[in-house]
Amino acid sequence: MKPAPVGYLRPTSLEEACRALADDPDAKVLAGGQSLVPLLSMRLAAPSTLVDINALPGLDGVEVDEAGVRVGALVRHADLLAHDGAARVQPLLRMALSHVAHAPIRNRGTTVGSLVHADAAAEMPAVLALLGGTVEVVSARGTRTVAGADLVVGPLESSLAHDEVATSAWFPALADGQGVGFAEISRRQGDYALCGVAALVRRAAGRVVEARAAYLAVDETPTVVDLLPALDGDPDGDPDEARLAAAADLALASLSPAGDIHATEQYRAHLARVLTVRVLREADDHARRRGQGGAA
Amino acid sequence: MSAEEPHEVHLVVNGTTYDVQVPARRLLSDALRHDLGLTGTHVGCEHGVCGACTVLLDGRPVRACLLLAVTVDGHEVTTVEGLAGPDGTLSAVQEGFRQCHGLQCGFCTPGFLTTVTAGLRENPDPTHEEAREMVAGNLCRCTGYQNIVRAVERAAELGREQA
Amino acid sequence: MTTRLTGAPVQRTEDRRLLTGAGRFVDDVQVGPQTLHAAVLRSPHAHARIVDIDVDAVLDLEGVHLVWTHEDLAGVSAPLAEPLPLLIPHPALTHGRTQHALARDEVNHVGEAVAFVVADDRYVAEDAVARIRVTWEVLEPVVGLEQARAGERLVHDDVPGNVGARLEQGTADAEQMAAALEAAPHRLALDLEVERSACTPLEGRGTVARWDPDSDRLQVWTSTQTSTGVRAAVAARLGLDLGQVDVITPDVGGGFGVKINHPWPEELLVPAAARVLGRVVKFTEDRREHFVSSAHERGQLQHVEVGFDDEGRLLALDVEFWHDHGAYTPYGLIVPIITSTQLLGPYKPQLYRVVFESLYTNTTMVTPYRGAGRPQGCYAMERTMDAIAAHLGRDRTEVRAANFIQPDEFPYDQGLVFQDGRELEYDSGDYPALLEKAKALVGWDEFETFRAEMAAEGRRVGIGLACYVEGTGVGPYEGAHVHVETSGKVKVATGLTTQGQGHQTVFAQLVADELGCRFEDVEVVTGDTRRMPYAVGTFASRAAVMSGSAIHLAAKRTKEKALRIAADALEADEADLEIVEGSVRVKGSPGSAIDLGTVAVLSNPLRYAFDEASKAATQFSVGDPGRPPVAEDDEPGLEGKDFYSPERATFASGIHAVVVETDPDTAEVTILKYAVVHDCGTLVNPMIVEGQIHGGVAQGVAGALFERMAYDESGQLLNASFMDFLMPYVTEVPDGIDIDHQETPSPLNPLGIKGAGEAGVIPSAAVFAAAIEDAEGIRVTRMPMSPSDLFHLRTDQRQEPTS
Repeated sequence: MKPAPVGYLRPTSLEEACRALADDPDAKVLAGGQSLVPLLSMRLAAPSTLVDINALPGLDGVEVDEAGVRVGALVRHADLLAHDGAARVQPLLRMALSHVAHAPIRNRGTTVGSLVHADAAAEMPAVLALLGGTVEVVSARGTRTVAGADLVVGPLESSLAHDEVATSAWFPALADGQGVGFAEISRRQGDYALCGVAALVRRAAGRVVEARAAYLAVDETPTVVDLLPALDGDPDGDPDEARLAAAADLALASLSPAGDIHATEQYRAHLARVLTVRVLREADDHARRRGQGGAA
Repeated sequence: MSAEEPHEVHLVVNGTTYDVQVPARRLLSDALRHDLGLTGTHVGCEHGVCGACTVLLDGRPVRACLLLAVTVDGHEVTTVEGLAGPDGTLSAVQEGFRQCHGLQCGFCTPGFLTTVTAGLRENPDPTHEEAREMVAGNLCRCTGYQNIVRAVERAAELGREQA
Repeated sequence: MTTRLTGAPVQRTEDRRLLTGAGRFVDDVQVGPQTLHAAVLRSPHAHARIVDIDVDAVLDLEGVHLVWTHEDLAGVSAPLAEPLPLLIPHPALTHGRTQHALARDEVNHVGEAVAFVVADDRYVAEDAVARIRVTWEVLEPVVGLEQARAGERLVHDDVPGNVGARLEQGTADAEQMAAALEAAPHRLALDLEVERSACTPLEGRGTVARWDPDSDRLQVWTSTQTSTGVRAAVAARLGLDLGQVDVITPDVGGGFGVKINHPWPEELLVPAAARVLGRVVKFTEDRREHFVSSAHERGQLQHVEVGFDDEGRLLALDVEFWHDHGAYTPYGLIVPIITSTQLLGPYKPQLYRVVFESLYTNTTMVTPYRGAGRPQGCYAMERTMDAIAAHLGRDRTEVRAANFIQPDEFPYDQGLVFQDGRELEYDSGDYPALLEKAKALVGWDEFETFRAEMAAEGRRVGIGLACYVEGTGVGPYEGAHVHVETSGKVKVATGLTTQGQGHQTVFAQLVADELGCRFEDVEVVTGDTRRMPYAVGTFASRAAVMSGSAIHLAAKRTKEKALRIAADALEADEADLEIVEGSVRVKGSPGSAIDLGTVAVLSNPLRYAFDEASKAATQFSVGDPGRPPVAEDDEPGLEGKDFYSPERATFASGIHAVVVETDPDTAEVTILKYAVVHDCGTLVNPMIVEGQIHGGVAQGVAGALFERMAYDESGQLLNASFMDFLMPYVTEVPDGIDIDHQETPSPLNPLGIKGAGEAGVIPSAAVFAAAIEDAEGIRVTRMPMSPSDLFHLRTDQRQEPTS
């Protein structure tokens, strides 16, 4: 299990990196490499050249303001996980990041890298899609912003063009009245999930006015489902079991769970149902606590 | 087919400076073992799951099998060979593992030692749960982990005594 | 008098090296640019004919030194082209088959070795392998026992019905059994299944070889459980004399059974290439290769018919099982024979009959994995016990107790032939006492209260218990050599190998106790044919029993010689002497003493003086001028050598119990408590024995809840990585294992030892099946059990999840 021969460039400017990618259709960006290097070693990927972006300036920062969290392309998962400001503004980041692999992988792997790796079983693409975040993308042709919901288009396939470099991701802050929840079931702690759900609920004037959930490891892409139709009108008491069950039904109607060696299609669907209820309840509780002026 | 283009890599490993020429595809684990002769870092899976190859990169645990050597040019690496004192005195972590029978075949051990060394630096007084969590990313096939967790707790005690 | 070390938790002498990165595993040997690296082209198909292999594209790749296919082997050495040896023949193995070092015409599993490349480094060797073009004629594969039994497709054309072997034994024939079942007051039938798993040591296989043309000798380092076995195989296949081959087993990163199989293709090809090229050649197996081209274990289908009385006593036990041995049978029938005999555990059925078929499939071959067939046997027997208890409405421990062999019935002959060809006769044990300890340790009698408390919180818990007896320390023999240097250091060599069990420590304890030297002065070498050319290997929990006993006997001989020489020197009677802390002294008169090192000097009359010690031993200094310097029946040197070869195996025993919680929503299983009572006779080092139990239990948890080999219908292994083969991390094993020991010494060896290495893993599938069944109130017949499996089991048995 050794990589095939590969060229290597370590540009020191974004322009240089973009030019290298534009010049070579088989070149590939290397950031943390925690997903890419195993693919190289198993020779499942054999790019002509690796364009190592670790020397690019200005990409290693986490910027937090009241609107949200901007994460540079070289920010390691571990740094974002440990970032108190980011956790305050958008608590879902920390909830989800603690499930990303094991600590040594988080020490090197980058959050933006994980997003553009476009793995539907990974946590962060689902989080980005749920929150309506964006990815900033640069190429020799210019800069554009990709919506989180449009980032993953197929299994390990992102909507980025070959010559584009993702330079940052932006996660919106939790708005007034919003609460979030996250849960996943994996065989071993740190494994890819058999099924994971991230949810966001907003309450206003004693009612649920926004409710959606994102599903990881269920479908070929991280699917976001609007669950408000099932929860609409939920009274301001304990979460209504019937409505939560209806939300799970609604979610399942939008999902096509697949079977694999760890979970059959039926079991995965069952988990999606169970976790939908759990996570909606958690997000709803969170929203209520915040509504009462509680801490994030 | 011509030989691959070599890249100059400058590394500080366990305080010693090395300059080596490696092809771009050379994994850090192979560079340490075969180019520098530091065979204490072991390779158990080469896909980042087992943790046997864990080394400290600028003080943080990383998988040496998931890094290309060329990408860590200019950085500091600590391997298991760098954990004992200059006079050969075992570190608190090594001593904890010795006292608690925290190893059997010893193949996975270097990855545990580097991981725990960094872990206790960050959290010198872990709870039992935190001690377990500290080694949660490393596989061991021999010990059933029982004595490894004890070793982490013992190492923490020894570390506090030494501090 | 010094403290006796046997029985003490002595810390390991191995650890310092391993903790400082100074261990020497096989890939750490001969590191440097002089060493060439091998890679193997492996079959991508489960079943295919090789039409053509084109290696032309490899030859112009810079850095490639050699490429071989089967066609090239005969030119190296005729026996190298023959099928690999069938190591353990058995009359019942009527259709044994083994692979070639490189496939000849046909491949029978994904991962079978097809071509061999040696290059400057492993990277280039893999580049070369990727350039080899094979034209295949893909055949239909046989995957799984159902297909193998159906016999519609054949793995080997000349093996009808895919049946490699059929073996029947017992204390009743079919007719007697049928009558006894008919006559029994109660009768049950069970169909059971256990899936495949594998040893997966963290270090895979590996071999390094160096040919020395100056001395016409071959030196081989290999990660094996038998150095002497590899040595004999290499010599035979390379056409060398045994005396030309040295095999050294360096540190081994775990074995668990898989490394007892030998010779692997690479163990022959690497030395052959080293000899042809005149260069050091190294093969280090990678993880993906290990999954498909080493060996697996476990997979069986079982059918049990049992007749019993109102107390649950076994009147007739009729077992039939089908064992999946994969594509080849180099290790014979060891695994199914063990299943069929060790199935009986601590029980004494009035009549027992067992029949098994060992079947070919187009999958990686099956050879022993820790427990070696016992986990399957224990599973069959203990599932049966639980079924009987359920049928009678009795407590599960009562039914077991009713069937126990009693302490006064030893030695107890089960009337069967064991894996070593000897009678299955248990040497000693006390099963009722073990059961009492186990019940107390796990809280068996208090469990219903706990269950009720948990139920009140909406939580489901269950308890299970399983008993086993394990034949350990099988023959034929091991040997040991003890040599006292003039420095007083004691060099000990035994031929079997070590994989982390702490042999160097345990053996040093035994030597220090018997010889009377200081523990720190003992240095133990294992698995080096230069130091001990006669040995068998490390398997079947035999190292402490076999080599331990041999070392004890060799130390005893050394001591006898030391006392004889010292008695002369001290002008005392041997009977009045003792050896304490490395010094021979007259009992009660500590002033009158002589160091063992000095005794070693005196033991070897010299002509030449090299140092102060040897000066004291030259011919003008020692000996009676009227007699030969070395007496007729004596030898120079203070050393002792002996072998231990027992009549039959010793039988360790134990009981595991577990409390689990099952999640009503997600079907996840959580372990709340795990308890082990264990009897391995005399404990030499309880710290090490407990470590063995911990490791065994973790592997047992793995096999019961996490690990399996997921083959698709085309014979591809879908989870050939640590991403998908779910070896547990610390987060998946019990947080704490309660252990209690019992010691019923074996009468078969001088130390009273029984083996301890495998026990931790034997009852796992049985004990988890029982506990999950108890928690869920549904029948469990198939293991391992994933949450997905449990979910479906609930659905199938109409226990709708409650979410």
